[in-house]
Amino acid sequence: MTDLINLHISEAADLLAKKEISSVELTRAHLAEMEKGRVLNAYITETPERAMADAEVSDKRRANGESLGALDGIPIANKDLYCTKDVRTTAASKILSNFLPTYESTVTQKLKDAGTVMLGKVNTDQFAMGGSTRTSYFGESKNPWTDANGEYALTPGGSSGGSAAAVAAGLCMGATGSDTGGSIRQPASFCGITGIKPTYGRCSRWGIVAFASSLDQAGPMARSVKDCAIMLESMAGYDKKDSTSVNTPVPNYLSALTGDIRGKKIGVPKEYRMDGMNEDVAKVWDKGIQFLKDAGAEVVEISMPHTKYALPVYYIIACAEASSNLSRYDGVRYTTRVEGATLDDMYKNTRTDGFGDEVIRRILLGTFVLSAGFYDAYYTRAQRVRRLIAEDFKKAFETVDAIVAPAAPTPALSFADMANMDPVSTYLGDVFTTPSSLAGVPAMALPVGMSSNGLPIGLQIIGKHFDENTVFQVADVMEKSAGFNLMPHRVKG
Amino acid sequence: MYTIKGNTSDWELVIGLEVHCQIISKAKVFSGASAEFGAEQNTHVSLVDAAFPGMLPVLNEECIRQSVKTGLGLNAKINKYSRFDRKNYFYADLPQGYQISQLYYPIVGEGFIEVHTSEGDRKIGVERLHLEQDAGKSIHDMHPTKSFIDLNRSGVGLMEIVSKPDMRSPEEAGEYLRQLRAIVRALGTCDGNMDEGSMRCDVNVSVRKVGETILRDRVEVKNVNSVRFVMQAIEIEANRQVEVYENGGTVRQETRLFDPNNNETRPMRSKENAHDYRYFPDPDLLPVILTDEYIEEIRASLPELPEAKKKRYVSELGLTDYDAHVLTLDVETSRYFEEAMIGQDPKKVANWVMGDLFGYLNKNGLTVSNSPVSAKNLGALVGLIADGTISGKIAKDVFEIMAETGKEPAVIVEEKGLKQESDTGAIEKLIEEILSANQDKVAEIKAGKDKLKGWFVGQIMKASGGKVNPALANQLLDKKLAE
Amino acid sequence: MAFNEETVANVANLARLNLTDEQKQKFAGEVDGILNWVEQLQEVNVDGIEPLVSVTEQTDAIRADVVTDGGIQADLMKNAPESAHGFYVVPKMVE
Repeated sequence: MTDLINLHISEAADLLAKKEISSVELTRAHLAEMEKGRVLNAYITETPERAMADAEVSDKRRANGESLGALDGIPIANKDLYCTKDVRTTAASKILSNFLPTYESTVTQKLKDAGTVMLGKVNTDQFAMGGSTRTSYFGESKNPWTDANGEYALTPGGSSGGSAAAVAAGLCMGATGSDTGGSIRQPASFCGITGIKPTYGRCSRWGIVAFASSLDQAGPMARSVKDCAIMLESMAGYDKKDSTSVNTPVPNYLSALTGDIRGKKIGVPKEYRMDGMNEDVAKVWDKGIQFLKDAGAEVVEISMPHTKYALPVYYIIACAEASSNLSRYDGVRYTTRVEGATLDDMYKNTRTDGFGDEVIRRILLGTFVLSAGFYDAYYTRAQRVRRLIAEDFKKAFETVDAIVAPAAPTPALSFADMANMDPVSTYLGDVFTTPSSLAGVPAMALPVGMSSNGLPIGLQIIGKHFDENTVFQVADVMEKSAGFNLMPHRVKG
Repeated sequence: MYTIKGNTSDWELVIGLEVHCQIISKAKVFSGASAEFGAEQNTHVSLVDAAFPGMLPVLNEECIRQSVKTGLGLNAKINKYSRFDRKNYFYADLPQGYQISQLYYPIVGEGFIEVHTSEGDRKIGVERLHLEQDAGKSIHDMHPTKSFIDLNRSGVGLMEIVSKPDMRSPEEAGEYLRQLRAIVRALGTCDGNMDEGSMRCDVNVSVRKVGETILRDRVEVKNVNSVRFVMQAIEIEANRQVEVYENGGTVRQETRLFDPNNNETRPMRSKENAHDYRYFPDPDLLPVILTDEYIEEIRASLPELPEAKKKRYVSELGLTDYDAHVLTLDVETSRYFEEAMIGQDPKKVANWVMGDLFGYLNKNGLTVSNSPVSAKNLGALVGLIADGTISGKIAKDVFEIMAETGKEPAVIVEEKGLKQESDTGAIEKLIEEILSANQDKVAEIKAGKDKLKGWFVGQIMKASGGKVNPALANQLLDKKLAE
Repeated sequence: MAFNEETVANVANLARLNLTDEQKQKFAGEVDGILNWVEQLQEVNVDGIEPLVSVTEQTDAIRADVVTDGGIQADLMKNAPESAHGFYVVPKMVE
């Protein structure tokens, strides 16, 4: 019998189509694996009854010859930042810990409409602020990849760490993530899976708890480039309810997976090769470059001179926007409330109690950089440098079709190491991902090699605005060349 | 020039107004909920208006059109590039924790409004018009320790029209506000109803010694919700400031609240902490780009504005400046007047509108929109006088009946038998009877006491119950006396 | 630039947060560290560079003036910590 947990979405879709397996079987197997995998704390909310009901409906549909396509009957998980109708949506925070939306986000609705089966809501850093899930009110998720002692002691990364851990451990076949400064790509790299942050404006942000509006983008996480292509095709598309979603047709992403990148020009930004770079990461990057050359691509060095400023620019802009976006959590309409004698007391008690330290830290920073007397020096200046960063990409893409770079500066870190890091040191984990976030261009992470201590290391393929096709095309070739074993990293027991 | 006398100097006033006009539109500015006033609490509210997680604003095109229209009506520059900013502050009726407004790039730039006061005509500068969203409403009298929040108004489109500090007297500020209201009402962009809060006014007042060119610190007086209160609040606040300065104190920049019951302004407690609104461009919204074609299309569709209408009433209809001004202050009034004057002498119609009609309406708390005397009927009444059917005196009685019954004047004249007598035979007979009964007075007239003719006309009118056309009576009297 | 405890207190008040002295001290140090780190942006020459507000270049996100929403009072109140008669209820606001 097929091990249902090991299947990729594309493989399961074939078997479902041939009626060799049913969605009920597939879903049941994943629900069982979820129980086994609770040690990873990947899920905040499991929805097994709903999943089984969805699976039965899917099987009936298929029996009637009314299959909705490749995703019909596929069990997935949603990051707990996506509002899901009648299913608790917490943003991994205390303040939203009882929030039951009466509406469904556009992206999860699209996935529902494609026939997917939702297994539950997965963990994230609180309000997506962090790179480890350590800021979650519901506790950190564990990376299914163990440390040298065989312990679940490593972070899955973040903020979409619950998604990455669940996908990597076979607790779902694919998951939604969201990426503001690397929140899909860094955990994908830490957990040895694939994930794409599409072009800003490609997926609707409607119904996703906002972190930083000018940067937030929805995207899929899965165990192959192909699976991400299948998922993104369902998730993407113009939404008139989101003014920043772009009215342009969604191409057939699967057709991009031609396996042929001969003649493609791939840029390697020299500024990404930083002093004191992690040796394992540098080696995997070189290996990836060699794969591309071997496949017939032309690899050239390019310069993106403002790269080093991306991180500080990102933190100013993201925190400024967040400080405003999080003002709505005030104890009046849908959050928890801590009473106070006056309205202001109630606000202060509610917000101080309901937000974790990292969220408070970012609200303080964001409020400060927007305040009178500092706005121009910090916020406006950051926006100007943001333009320079975006222009670096524009210029690069005048000569190259895609860019290849590491996804994260290190393999997965241990919780013990992270406990002693100051905020700035933890922010450095986004060094390779924030430039493309600021420019709004699509970028995909995929596992390409291993570190000396046996942990996965991912690379990023970055493309032009709305050219996810080239990203998928190049990533697909690299995935095949790397031959990375994208089987679930099964939880023992 | 309007000044306040102090011991050390005469003081002049520097006044600017910030007027919030609720835009007339079906839906709210960033959501699809109804913008209609007066619904049950929290029923004209979408998830966007209540700022639920993940909700996003999408701009209503009508609010753009209405803003441009208003900008054109204010003789202002329309900005082809405008953008939205967030104004951040916490309040229970502001669900997002920020108001979407336009600080850096407003949709309308500089313009002006012409006002007419006892000191002559002046152009008052408009600094800008920007588009923003309204807040909800807090109700404080439903519970001893709680406030209740209704978000029906949250997200309704507002135009904030900011004047330059160009006004120098309460009268001028009052006229500016009246004129602004007349303009938005004529344009159909705001109903201008200050009672219901669809037009709200904040007043900036400072004083300075006559001859000074500097601007001293100004005080913002909030929520002054009628033209009369605006004028009162300015006077009271300016006098307070003069007193402070004259006593050696300084006026500090602050926000005060006008209390019409106690005739004073007092500091607003909630505004004590200096606000820091942390404006920044709203990343959820894109810039608004307007084309010349779009602006010109709106310009071409503009109705005649009060100022132009007023000039036309003077030059084409021969009305006085004052009459033209009064008849154009309100679009409903000018509409009524223009309907009533079809086929009639405009000056006579104007007299009836401003005299008997306004008198009646004021006395009964009515307006031209719900006047029992329709414009058509009032015009018909003037027509009956003009063609000699009734006298001006009888017309007053007919008007009273029209106001009570809403009937057409011709019907009333017919029913009550008020038609003016023009059968010369019958009138001559009547005159003969009066003359023969007063032979002594006839003799006096013939002896040269011409003034007695008026007495006879009075007798004729009296005997006929006022139904004789006085001119005709005069003419026939002369004829009989000459016989 | 010194982001001290006084600045934290002021900013926390703007953001409606209630910090203990201990928290103030902690956050002052951390945020000050972040601000020192972002100081490096001062070395970038941004003369004549327009601030980038949005990477989206389209401008046609606009809605027709049609009422499509509302009438969901029960949904609005469903998650409210306190409500009555279809109103949200908060501690009394004074003016």
